[in-house]
Amino acid sequence: MAEKPKDHDHSHLSDTELRVRALESLLTEKGYIDPAALDEIVETYETRIGPRNGAQVVAAAWTDPDYLTRLREDATAAIAELGFTGRQGEHMRIVENAPDTHNMVVCTLCSCYPWSVLGLPPVWYKSPAYRSRAVSEPRAVLAEFGVELPADKRIRVWDSTAEVRYLVIPERPAGTDGWDRDALAQLVTRDSMIGTGLALDPGELGG
Amino acid sequence: MNGPHDMGGMQCYGPVVPEVDEPVFHAEWEKRALALTVAMGFCGVWNIDKSRFARERIAPAQYLSSSYYQIWIAGLERLLAENGLATNEELASGRASEPASTVKRVLTGGDVAAALAAGSPVERQATTKPKFAVGDTVTTGNSSPQGHTRLPRYARGRTGVIEAVHGVHVFPDANAAGEGEQPHWLYAVRFEGVELFGPGNDQQVVVDCWEPYLES
Repeated sequence: MAEKPKDHDHSHLSDTELRVRALESLLTEKGYIDPAALDEIVETYETRIGPRNGAQVVAAAWTDPDYLTRLREDATAAIAELGFTGRQGEHMRIVENAPDTHNMVVCTLCSCYPWSVLGLPPVWYKSPAYRSRAVSEPRAVLAEFGVELPADKRIRVWDSTAEVRYLVIPERPAGTDGWDRDALAQLVTRDSMIGTGLALDPGELGG
Repeated sequence: MNGPHDMGGMQCYGPVVPEVDEPVFHAEWEKRALALTVAMGFCGVWNIDKSRFARERIAPAQYLSSSYYQIWIAGLERLLAENGLATNEELASGRASEPASTVKRVLTGGDVAAALAAGSPVERQATTKPKFAVGDTVTTGNSSPQGHTRLPRYARGRTGVIEAVHGVHVFPDANAAGEGEQPHWLYAVRFEGVELFGPGNDQQVVVDCWEPYLES
């Protein structure tokens, strides 16, 4: 045979798939893990914890000045009021966008990300391209997301080097006076809470 | 360790390519990779800093050609072997040939919701006063430790200003080395782009720094 595929015994499975299967079966056999716990972890991050959590925090910050004050003083506790706590959100801080300042979050050393409010990070957040350039050329990175900011708007990049997790509070879009929290939350995208996007304008909402 | 993970400021990785309507997972194995890593963390044999250090020691060519969940799997295998929970032979075969080690806890399906909601806070009671206050000028140390550290290379030997005082947090450099938590004051330090990357950089970068990383 001239060419022998590496996975000739399991032609439908990649090396990585085989390796992960082997690992799960070994760790189960050793008694270190309960496969039911794995299912539950996956289910949690696929269906229960994601950027809709963070959008509720932002919408509350936009509409309730007292809540915003609590977020500024102790974001972990204020976010817990809405029921969002725990893993990779144990120590939360908000960073607020303003007419003169745009905030953006990265983890240059690994993939630290506020799971409790945004869920698991997207692939680009963990990519070398983002991790390397977010700190040194944030304007060019933002352009790759289609975001162009005025030249005089200061960009502040937060490198998540500790267990503190940063949530960007984007600027509230114009034309949303009188909107309730649920309606406002629809405007809050995941990327706007990382700082690689802006909150949607009312006209950008899908039908 | 000055490894391939310390990417801040590099220019060789091309553009960022966001995926429209990206799914949470791209394959079944990614789900299991995430869940295996989280579940094994609950066994209490290592800590998050040791996990990060295990990933950082993956050979550079492999690190840079792996997806993030592949990095996690490689890191997990290394932790299992280094901590005596599985042999390399067992990892290759997927079958146990040695007796299991004792672990502190096994996460069961019923424990998951409470365990994830509780997380693992790393803030500790202060026993000293913070050396620095908001607005103080500080300079980071310029060192290249062989072990794990969370001071990125681009922010070493640089001068910035204390932006916030976070409290007293577990010190990763010690915790990854198995030397205990050795909690220290943690600060957000704001650097001007010019200081980090030279002329023409008008951004500011904030890096969380433990007190041992800082000098007045």
